[in-house]
Amino acid sequence: MSSDPQSVAEHAQTAAQALRSAADAAQNYADQMAATAHAVSGGAIDPFIFRLAIFVLAVFVGYYVVWSVTPALHTPLMSVTNAISSVIVVGALLAVGVDLVNSEGSGWAQAFGFFALILASVNIFGGFLVTERMLAMYKKKG
Amino acid sequence: MANLAALLYLVSGVLFILALRGLSHPTTSRQGNRYGMIGMAIAIVTTLALRPPSSFLSFILLVLGFGIGGGAGAYLARKVEMTKMPQLVAFFHSLVGLAAVLVAGSALYAPQAFGIGIPGDIHAASLIEMSLGAAIGAITFTGSVIAFLKLDGRMAGKPILLPQRHTINVALGAGLALFILGFFLSGSEVLFWAIVLVSLALGVLLIVPIGGADMPVVVSMLNSYSGWAAAGIGFTLGNMALIITGALVGSSGAILSYIMCKGMNRSFISVILGGFGGEDAAVASGKAEARPVKQGSADDAAYIMQNAQKVIIVPGYGMAVAQAQHALREMADLLKEEGVEVKYAIHPVAGRMPGHMNVLLAEANVPYDEVFELEDINTEFAQADVAFVIGANDVTNPAAKTDKSSPIYGMPILDVEKAKTVMFVKRGMSSGYAGVENELFFKDNTMMLFGDAKKVVESVVKAMAH
Repeated sequence: MSSDPQSVAEHAQTAAQALRSAADAAQNYADQMAATAHAVSGGAIDPFIFRLAIFVLAVFVGYYVVWSVTPALHTPLMSVTNAISSVIVVGALLAVGVDLVNSEGSGWAQAFGFFALILASVNIFGGFLVTERMLAMYKKKG
Repeated sequence: MANLAALLYLVSGVLFILALRGLSHPTTSRQGNRYGMIGMAIAIVTTLALRPPSSFLSFILLVLGFGIGGGAGAYLARKVEMTKMPQLVAFFHSLVGLAAVLVAGSALYAPQAFGIGIPGDIHAASLIEMSLGAAIGAITFTGSVIAFLKLDGRMAGKPILLPQRHTINVALGAGLALFILGFFLSGSEVLFWAIVLVSLALGVLLIVPIGGADMPVVVSMLNSYSGWAAAGIGFTLGNMALIITGALVGSSGAILSYIMCKGMNRSFISVILGGFGGEDAAVASGKAEARPVKQGSADDAAYIMQNAQKVIIVPGYGMAVAQAQHALREMADLLKEEGVEVKYAIHPVAGRMPGHMNVLLAEANVPYDEVFELEDINTEFAQADVAFVIGANDVTNPAAKTDKSSPIYGMPILDVEKAKTVMFVKRGMSSGYAGVENELFFKDNTMMLFGDAKKVVESVVKAMAH
């Protein structure tokens, strides 16, 4: 492989283009799938029902997965569930990104979002890192 | 774009499931944790790609938010002592709860950004989801703050019993339901904050009457609540990752609460209604009588254990308080050098949160395959020469099997009485948190080692080294 900057830049560009087209393709597939799903459901079912279905199924998945967690790891289980429940950060991100100029909402929304973002970040970093720290301590004999 | 984003959120939800799945064994657990981190990164990047910061101000806020929060979180994770994990987890729960309230609040003030309608005309379903998310979030927030204060010893662990507390709680609950209904019909901002205020008060009142030793249940329960709050917000946002995670965390916390309740043979309702520990302890201390016990020295203990074939160590919360885990492992190492078989037996409710003892022992470099759960080791006490009980009491009390009038009757216990010799490391003759006298202390084959758990173990170690 040649190392002059120009060809490196070209390589990077081709790679970026390939990635871009892969993303486009993925998006197309996703749209098609959604269209099919929409057609199958006749477009009549409220999205709430789908969400509820996912929720109910996830409760069952959670039930079986959590029962299979070894009791020795129940403390890390709590700290990792803590970390993942901070995925609520997506709500905070939407709120921080509120477009005040086009009056999408009031400044309150952004302020709340910012505060929520700080809290959720404490949890994300703190939760995953402390779990990692604990799990690193579990060692086998010898 | 929206469809691709939805699929990516689904991917991160699946990665979260794998994160929990990894915890089924210590060897796969770290991989699981990484899956969790990847899932979180995907969710964050997808959200940012879907709605890039609209202004320079938003961008600055994003960087600041991640910076301040992430820095604080990383600092806490690195600095916290393992004995303080229950406090840390309670603190983290409170953050999730408050974040849920705040996100619901921003959705109310900027419904367009969340795609749930326009100000003053938010979809009815979203109003319900939002108010439920905010209510559970607020209860989780104040409840966890109280749990944190109790666990951290900044507030007395004793249950605080308000007169008429059940009536107050029922009234607040009814008020909450009314406000939610009103909010659903009107979408009024005032009612939203009324819901939040009432829920904050409920959170305090629900946890205040629960005694310090019931905290394993409380911490698990709040874990569950934080999940349901997240799920509520997930419905508002129509976000797959959040709905799946909320459901996972909600059921995880519920299962842990169930396991903890079973470990104490108490119904979930009776724990929630609170008041355990305080009154009972007062009764028991009244009938305390001076009976002879056999007291041993560190040398006696060292001699007996060194000549044993099998020693089972039963650690409890007292070991954690005294930070005796490292000294304990040293003692076990010396015993193993002498060819003694050493195992650890963990009761489900040892410590202040599920699995707490296991983490403390792991921290002291005790290999996890020497540590056993109650049902796996209970039959082995009969073949053990010594049961070394350190900082535990109620979980070994045979009254749980024989005395129907005992408050701990029916609780599964570790059968330490079946070992040839039982050693209790204790500060004094006081009874456990349940306030029950332990008959084992007065038996012939029991030896009491009085003193601070760490100091006692250290002197045993010294005696062994001679």
